[in-house]
Amino acid sequence: MAISPTASLRRDIPDLSYKQGLRRNLLNKILTFLVGLFSLIAVLPLVAVLAYVLIKGGSVLNLTLFTAASTGLEGGGIGNAVIGTIIVTFLSALIAIPVGVGGGIFLAEYSGGGVFANFIRFGTNVMAGVPSIIAGVFVYAVIVKTKIIFGNSYSAIAGGVALSILMLPTVIKTTDEGLKLVPDDLRRAALGVGASKFVTILRITLPSAFTPIATGVVLSIARAAGETAPLIFTALFSPFWPEGFDAFFNPIATLSVLIYNFATLPYESQNELAWAASFVLVLFILLINLFARWLRRFAST
Amino acid sequence: MTSSSQQSTAASKDICLSIQNTTISYGSYEAVKNVYCDIPRGKVTAFIGPSGCGKSTVLRALNRMNDLIEGCSLKGSVLFDGADLYGPSVDPVEVRRRIGMVFQQPNPFPKSIYENIAFGARINGYSGNMDELVERSLRQAAVWDECKDKLNESGYSLSGGQQQRLCIARTIAIQPEVILMDEPCSALDPISTLKIEETMHELKKSFTIVIVTHNMQQALRVSDMTAFFNAEAVEGGSGKVGYLVEFNETEMIFNSPSQQATQDYVSGRFG
Amino acid sequence: MEKSVDGGFRILAFLLASVVAMVLLAILIVVFWGSVDSMGRYGWSFLVTSNWNPVKDEYGAFTAIYGTLLTSLLALLIAVPLGVGTAIFITENIIPLKIRTLIGLMVELLAAIPSVVLGLWAIFVMEPFIRPFLEVLHKILGWLPFFSTDPMGPGIAPAVLILVVMILPIITAISRDSLNQVPMKLRQAAYGVGTTRWGAILNVMLPAAISGIVGGVMLALGRAMGETMAVTMIIGNSNTFSWSLLAPGNTISAMLANQFGEADGSQVSSLMYAAFILMILTLVVNLLAQWLVKRLSLKY
Repeated sequence: MAISPTASLRRDIPDLSYKQGLRRNLLNKILTFLVGLFSLIAVLPLVAVLAYVLIKGGSVLNLTLFTAASTGLEGGGIGNAVIGTIIVTFLSALIAIPVGVGGGIFLAEYSGGGVFANFIRFGTNVMAGVPSIIAGVFVYAVIVKTKIIFGNSYSAIAGGVALSILMLPTVIKTTDEGLKLVPDDLRRAALGVGASKFVTILRITLPSAFTPIATGVVLSIARAAGETAPLIFTALFSPFWPEGFDAFFNPIATLSVLIYNFATLPYESQNELAWAASFVLVLFILLINLFARWLRRFAST
Repeated sequence: MTSSSQQSTAASKDICLSIQNTTISYGSYEAVKNVYCDIPRGKVTAFIGPSGCGKSTVLRALNRMNDLIEGCSLKGSVLFDGADLYGPSVDPVEVRRRIGMVFQQPNPFPKSIYENIAFGARINGYSGNMDELVERSLRQAAVWDECKDKLNESGYSLSGGQQQRLCIARTIAIQPEVILMDEPCSALDPISTLKIEETMHELKKSFTIVIVTHNMQQALRVSDMTAFFNAEAVEGGSGKVGYLVEFNETEMIFNSPSQQATQDYVSGRFG
Repeated sequence: MEKSVDGGFRILAFLLASVVAMVLLAILIVVFWGSVDSMGRYGWSFLVTSNWNPVKDEYGAFTAIYGTLLTSLLALLIAVPLGVGTAIFITENIIPLKIRTLIGLMVELLAAIPSVVLGLWAIFVMEPFIRPFLEVLHKILGWLPFFSTDPMGPGIAPAVLILVVMILPIITAISRDSLNQVPMKLRQAAYGVGTTRWGAILNVMLPAAISGIVGGVMLALGRAMGETMAVTMIIGNSNTFSWSLLAPGNTISAMLANQFGEADGSQVSSLMYAAFILMILTLVVNLLAQWLVKRLSLKY
């Protein structure tokens, strides 16, 4: 049965040409066209959303919006919500970064990959999957309802805590993974010259993993800044400017909650404010994202 | 300068693959330049040379495997039985079905041993008895005894040497005319290497074989013809560009090469 | 001195790592504890009755549970082919690398757009745009229970579409990464035996990448079930059960967002019960994801 090609000695020029009508070639063309179409559909939402946010938001945007508070009345603005988003996001970063980086350091540097570390890593994954609204419910029950913070119910702090629950898994993960990328030689070199483990981590390991950790942290801040669900019944909302130290202990306006509240109201002037707030929020988040990308590329070269 | 005078003698033979003034580039960087080489039918041809000389690049050009590498382009032509593999209407799939390839790293599909063989045959329109084909291919690749009791196990349950022979069997099963082998033994131990070399002696009765090897002893043991490639620095450029120094019967290359560079290389006086 | 600093830091790091476990546990306990009252009162019937009446103080979450599962599964059904297809398109050399990178970047940036902004866009742009198409659907297929109501605005169908937009980036990014991680040698093996591009994709690349892709799909499912803002803004928040996809509906997270702030008494407990169910659902999906990834991994 074994026909050896050499034995048959065929000398006619083989036909290697691409055959249009062949079933496999037809199938390839159809499938390629299909995934090309899918890609087009996949980028369409971004283009459409960006276009509307930039055009609609941009057209209503003016300086007075930033100097007025979100009273919801004619002549209202989004200025207080911009400040509020910054405050709440800052508070959440203040909680999530130390806890997350510290936890990540434990996982990567101290745990030795034991059962506890695996349990925590598993827990981090589970926590990353917890719906953001649940974080809001949790903080409402623990902080808002109990008025545990000096008798204040809704407050910027409560909002910050809720957001930090969402940030935490990302920060731990990026720290853990960033530190794991640091070559062991570096650690051994530092320990070898007599540095303590604490000094090694602080001076050698952590700085050399700075970029991946910073990238992850920056991205998680961007995400937190856009979150709404955990804030609706923790930070609540406020038509007033945050004032001084009291701002932390009182309800506070944020851009995301402003969008939610004003989008669902039937008044056009408020809908416009929602678009303006979207413009600011989206621009801020996209810039942070592009910055993080740049940071990553900057580090890899 | 790069082509040697020996190719005129080869022209009288039965030529299977003819590389004609071929230059292959990755992006704007030329990897190998102005290669002329006529590969005879039913023989084993070895490509040898230092690393970076472009021998693997030329080999992959023979069944258009370079198409998979982004930015890789070829100038000149490669004739297979007189048909230009790089002609405008050529379907690379047709090319690869006639010119099979065994790679440096054993790369079975993550499927059963049986399916590793049957997959290629099936897509190539094989309609005969599949069991028979699987057995025949595995026998031809001298790996049947190790496989016959575990045809339904993953190809990755085999040892490295067995995996490589499974890959050879897989290539045989698509019934090509030419088998290209890209340093097929470089990842294997000496015993597996020996087995594969023995297999090649059997295979050359049915197939034209082109093998890239960095092992000169292997070239000497298995090949009828040998092409020696070298690389030289380009003026003003940063990298090296490969070229064909000499192509002749293996015996001639190793015993009385016409070029000094070849002499230096085969006698081991070369980096 | 240095020794004690070292030891102290170790303990501190340990405690910080434990925070994750403690918070997770606390969330479970708090949500469970809050729902005990409602669990005792309604038991399992909470899951299958759909009267949600704060005035009469009667609660059943069937509409919301059904809505959560329905919207996320339908969204998955649409997003999986789109996402995996896009991933294939940008990992194959069909078009120039630069354009492919751009497509990848755009899909990733889509993931960065806040959900509430997508909700705003859905209310004012997407829903009015698709309504005529939904009306046609109703006219032609109105005899089916799924299209039996006239589209009035917010509803399940637009909610599904906005969920597609939200989970598409996850599926695309993870599928792309999984496909990129398939070793070159397997691709070469496929082309080496003479497959076409799609022969290689369907028979070798996708099977080799399937564990990662399935993981990504499950992750996306979890995200879709917990997604709140965009859905809340566009689904209509109706607790009246309807088979029709064109009618308003509800999801657990939308219900929480809408009612939790103003609820009191047994309504809070019932909402906590619903939140507990949502947690269990997402937990199961996430665990399933991790298990499937392990289970489906091919050795190569």
